[in-house]
Amino acid sequence: MSGRSGERERAVVLVVGTDRTGIVAQVSDFLWKENVNIEDINQKIMQGVFVMTMLVDLTEARTDLGVMGPKLERFGQQIDMAIHIQHLRIFEVMHRV
Amino acid sequence: MPHAISLEEVYETYRMTAAEHFDIRAVTLGINLLPCVSDSFTTFAGRVEKRIVAAARHFVKRTEQVQSYYGIPIINKRITVTPAALVLAGALTGDACRDREYAVAFARLLDRCAAEVGVDFLGGFGGLSEKGMTYADQTVMDAIPEALAGTDKVCGFFNLASAKAGINMRAVARVGGIIHDLAHASENAIGAAKFVVFANAVSDNPFMAGGFHGIQEADNIINVGISGPGVVRRVVEAAPRDLPLDGIAEVIKKTAFKITRAGELVGQELARNLGVRFGSLDLSLAPTTAVGDSVGRILEAMGLERVGTHGSTAALMLLTDAVKKGGLMASSHIGGLSGAFIPVSEDIGLAEGVQSGTLTIDKLEAMTSVCSVGLDMIAVPGDTRTTTISAIIADELAIGVMNNKTTAVRLIPVPGKDAGDFVSWGGLLGHAYIIPVHREQSDYFIWRKGQIPAPVTSFRN
Repeated sequence: MSGRSGERERAVVLVVGTDRTGIVAQVSDFLWKENVNIEDINQKIMQGVFVMTMLVDLTEARTDLGVMGPKLERFGQQIDMAIHIQHLRIFEVMHRV
Repeated sequence: MPHAISLEEVYETYRMTAAEHFDIRAVTLGINLLPCVSDSFTTFAGRVEKRIVAAARHFVKRTEQVQSYYGIPIINKRITVTPAALVLAGALTGDACRDREYAVAFARLLDRCAAEVGVDFLGGFGGLSEKGMTYADQTVMDAIPEALAGTDKVCGFFNLASAKAGINMRAVARVGGIIHDLAHASENAIGAAKFVVFANAVSDNPFMAGGFHGIQEADNIINVGISGPGVVRRVVEAAPRDLPLDGIAEVIKKTAFKITRAGELVGQELARNLGVRFGSLDLSLAPTTAVGDSVGRILEAMGLERVGTHGSTAALMLLTDAVKKGGLMASSHIGGLSGAFIPVSEDIGLAEGVQSGTLTIDKLEAMTSVCSVGLDMIAVPGDTRTTTISAIIADELAIGVMNNKTTAVRLIPVPGKDAGDFVSWGGLLGHAYIIPVHREQSDYFIWRKGQIPAPVTSFRN
């Protein structure tokens, strides 16, 4: 399924797991290979847990969001992190009036 | 950060879908069957099949696409059609036996159409008879046991009361026997789970078994039912023990707002993809058998030892109202039922309440005066008198008529089972302990039939 015409396809990636070195590098590498552009990164250690959100642009990506989601989750399992991607519009409608 | 969505907000949304069962419970495609009317049953049936298949051919596929695109699960895909009695009337011959066969054949046709396009359920096998019953209404009602027990996906309903018309007690008296026959015609009485009797039925209800496509709607519409008792339960549980109840109402309202917005986004997208109008969004906390996805548990999280005890009605009133307020702020398309459902067998907290004897049918009745629907998925003894079934229905419809709200009854008299016995249907329908009903008869009241007049709407004390 493609997005609305003329609008950029933007999504938010959430990465959660045990903190260690190389997480940002691994996830960025994956996204780069999928031709996904990272526009912004926000990262924190919350109660010892690594939490990162990335605003990404999928307009030029190799696959659309429906395919990317399961792919990212499988990749997350390989590197022992929970990774989830959802369309930016979901967050905009839920958290902004 | 340009998108200015905080890490906490992203995490909260993720948790809602991943851990707390926030989902789009149902997307329902309403289809107007009035243009199919014919005085020949064969012609009529051919038109119906063509119309349903044409409207819904891509429905399931497109729904699944939207689901994977937005990452919010869409659990059920359904169809509602114009009430059967309205569209079937033209094809009836006046020969009662033959017409009943037509009605059953129509239900089988709807079942085949539903299977062909891949939906879970198809609703609308019923009629609107709050004031009087047409010959077609009677034909469809009499066909219900055979029609619903003999099909997998067809759901039935009858609207037998309204605030404007009062209660059609002739039909209420009749329907008690229909529910009894329907229960006996299917294994474990499960057919009765597909039939609902309403007061003030709404025309854009996306939930089953009571959904139908009202005559005031457009040809095809998408109605979306969103749910999330698990999400609400978590925010109530996370609230401090001493948070006053207005504070509880506030957190529920905010949560309802968020899930409604997400639901509207998905619904609008789906309607756009299907090229049909977006009808309404029904924000109803509809429990499932999944642990934690329980309205009963929300009430317990507010501070009740077990649902059904004193305070349950007040807690449910707070919940229903807060859900409505959050939903109405979030969307201009709120419709359907919107509030909180209390389907006993489908909700682990309520089922336990019945098992322990805390939650009685009388308390449930009281609670339905403040929930969004009514006595739902309640298993009663198999030897319950048909007049008692009618009387339970009359009580419930009276609450709806007097309070100008939708109420409904979905009772399941399970043959061979008595109060306290266990019955399991599996899947979404869950399991239930048979709830005791009063043994004192209501026969002479029900046998009077007639019409309970509409109530006065001012001077309400």
